[in-house]
Amino acid sequence: MKRNIDPFWWGVFGAGGVISALVLPVLLFLNGLAIPLGWIGAPHYGDLLSFVKHPLARLFLFGVISLSLFHWAHRFRFTLYDGLQLKHLNELVAIICYGSATFVTLLAAYTLWSF
Amino acid sequence: MTQNPNYTKYHPKWYRKRMPIFWWVHKWTHAKFILRELTCLSVAFYALVLLFQIRALTQNQQAYTSFLELLKTPVSIVLHGIAFLFLLFHTVTWFNLAPKALALRLGKKRVPDQAIKALNYIAWIFLSSLIAWIMLTI
Repeated sequence: MKRNIDPFWWGVFGAGGVISALVLPVLLFLNGLAIPLGWIGAPHYGDLLSFVKHPLARLFLFGVISLSLFHWAHRFRFTLYDGLQLKHLNELVAIICYGSATFVTLLAAYTLWSF
Repeated sequence: MTQNPNYTKYHPKWYRKRMPIFWWVHKWTHAKFILRELTCLSVAFYALVLLFQIRALTQNQQAYTSFLELLKTPVSIVLHGIAFLFLLFHTVTWFNLAPKALALRLGKKRVPDQAIKALNYIAWIFLSSLIAWIMLTI
């Protein structure tokens, strides 16, 4: 019998949905809008770097990035399935979605642990 | 020997009408569903931006400064503005669904939906304030 791993993907999708709902809006608003538009001052390079170096900060950022990507992978897969009716490409779409999320997760792990 | 003429080994496929690709644009509830699902693009977009920002930060100061300059371009501001609206839509729709996905019980009573929703919003406000405070004080 072929084991179905959809419940696993659904779990990761749920975890990513929660964490992205909780922390991404404020991170985007501060880094992508408020600081570039000059509403608030940017943190100094050295201070931000030493903050990000803390193991808890690395772990937090890794979790946010990776789980958000797996949330995207699962949801986007089914959006293509229902919305664009790509039912015949189901397996290919799944491989591309989860595959690219895995690839960027490895990239994030490398970036966050190699400095 | 009697044969059952109705028997077929494989169940026949019924005729299914093919749905047009844009089946969801004609009704607001359907469009809202697809827009909700498409918020995942904003989630992935910002996860990638965050990763690139960390990469620039960990390379050297020059790389980080040029990344900050890139964030100031009009294209970036517009993209981030759109992504921000979609992220807010994601947060609100996600919190609205939370009571349906998570049936919490306290003793024998089920925690009311409104309480679970309220807890989500409290956590959101708390974490957002905490992150904003950290960003403003480091």
